[in-house]
Amino acid sequence: MICVVSRRWLKANALLTPTGLWLGIFLIAPLVVVVQFSFATRDTGVARAVLPWTTQAYLTALDPAFLPIFGRTLVYAVATTAACLLLGFPLAWFIARYGGRYRTLLLAAVLIPFWSSYLARIYAWKALLDGEGLVNTVLGWVGLDRDGGFLLTHGAVILGLTYGFLPFMVLPLYVACERFDFRLVEASYDLGHGRVSTFFRVVLPGVFTGVLAGSLLVLVPAAGDFVTPKLLGGVDQSTFGSVIDDQFRGGNNWPLGSAMAVLLLVLVVLVLLLRGRRGEDVL
Amino acid sequence: MNRRPWVLGLVVALVFLFLYAPIVWLALASFNSSRSLSKISGLSTQWYAELFDDTRVLASLQLTLQLALASALISTVIGTLAAFGLRRAFPGRGLWTVLLSLPLVVPEVVMGVAMLGFFVKLAGIPLGFGALLFAHVAFSLSFVVVVVRSRVSGMDVRMEEAAADLGASPFVAFRTVTLPLVAPAVVAGAAFAFLLSFDDVVISSYLTGVGSTTLPVFVYAQASKRGISPEIVALSTLMVAATALLLIIGVVIASWRARKAGATAQLV
Repeated sequence: MICVVSRRWLKANALLTPTGLWLGIFLIAPLVVVVQFSFATRDTGVARAVLPWTTQAYLTALDPAFLPIFGRTLVYAVATTAACLLLGFPLAWFIARYGGRYRTLLLAAVLIPFWSSYLARIYAWKALLDGEGLVNTVLGWVGLDRDGGFLLTHGAVILGLTYGFLPFMVLPLYVACERFDFRLVEASYDLGHGRVSTFFRVVLPGVFTGVLAGSLLVLVPAAGDFVTPKLLGGVDQSTFGSVIDDQFRGGNNWPLGSAMAVLLLVLVVLVLLLRGRRGEDVL
Repeated sequence: MNRRPWVLGLVVALVFLFLYAPIVWLALASFNSSRSLSKISGLSTQWYAELFDDTRVLASLQLTLQLALASALISTVIGTLAAFGLRRAFPGRGLWTVLLSLPLVVPEVVMGVAMLGFFVKLAGIPLGFGALLFAHVAFSLSFVVVVVRSRVSGMDVRMEEAAADLGASPFVAFRTVTLPLVAPAVVAGAAFAFLLSFDDVVISSYLTGVGSTTLPVFVYAQASKRGISPEIVALSTLMVAATALLLIIGVVIASWRARKAGATAQLV
């Protein structure tokens, strides 16, 4: 028995080695370097980060001046995740349950828009949300239009982020819905539960791994995104991601940027720990 | 349950409207006679003509395509191997899953600055095509593994065992039984990896070198100065159209093959 297990172990690890090496060198090593940078001293020359070790970058990163930016980022990320769940669940459920032989086609239809350039899509939203754009015009017919349109608002940023991350929510949700035994819903009705009760007691626990995996794929990446807030939100919409970007882009302050990146990594680890074992078979 | 599925249907229709509104708008705007994205003033194909004349756009398109193809190829091959490695339980599988989920959840900006620091300061890898390729494979791999693994873990082991019982060597069994079964997932994984690489702005923007600007980075740099150019809108429209066409061809072939297989089964 031991022999079988160890042969299986060897085979599995052999198959995983190329991936492990690639991720070890080009992902893990860079992340370790970021941690190292975060404890270095700022250098305004080409070296950018030098000895001696210091915790100065963290003290700066945790300065109350950054608090509004952290708060805004958190609101964007949580609102985006919630919106993706709200839009993604009906979609995934519908495709899994009523899609029939068109399931693959419908799922592909969800992904097709994402074959256009990401930037072009953002600019399309920019045009649609503009004061003279289609959205404002249509809303004008029922008197709901807004002076100057919806650009440069928090809503525009959340809408853009939701649009960008929706597929990452729909795919794991779909996998979970497809595995769900739909007869359970009828059983629940037969046993006298209403719609709401059935949803919270039968459906939600049944697809929970998908909800967890989808939220994981949306929440943290959305917290790091800075291109969407920059393009749809205007100048005063700096986020966690854009602050990190600024520190590196201009060669401005690598240790500070690294410290903030490490704070985001801590969030990643926390979320992964929270996920525990339940989300593992989906992700 | 079928009491009111039309409510759900309506919601789904609205979500699809949300998904397609900007795409349809882009397609319309690509035929606009003025530069504006927000107001369509007349029809013309001038942006398509300018797209095919713009050597800078075409050069970076070529580089981006090469990069995306190379990245998709590498990540599909080693990612598929990894997906098979994760097929059966073994001590340490949990750890591998955690490692593989990192690129999915670490924000792009963090990966980008980390790779920049590592390539420039520690590894001495010059920025440009090589650095871009290393990075793109690193962030696409996990998507390939997730997609292929979902198929591999749903596969019936008895199919391969039956092939072995019937005298097939492991290689023949893999080629004739296993591979055809996972092929759709491998293709889907490759398409995913291609798309991720082709459309990446953030990570690439840290790693492009002189003369190796990818198309999204080029577009981003231009767009932040004077908005997005109509040529890029035309290119995006072409990409979506090509994808939709490929998909339709794929579906037609699949249903044609299914019908043929059905007919053969009836003959037997």
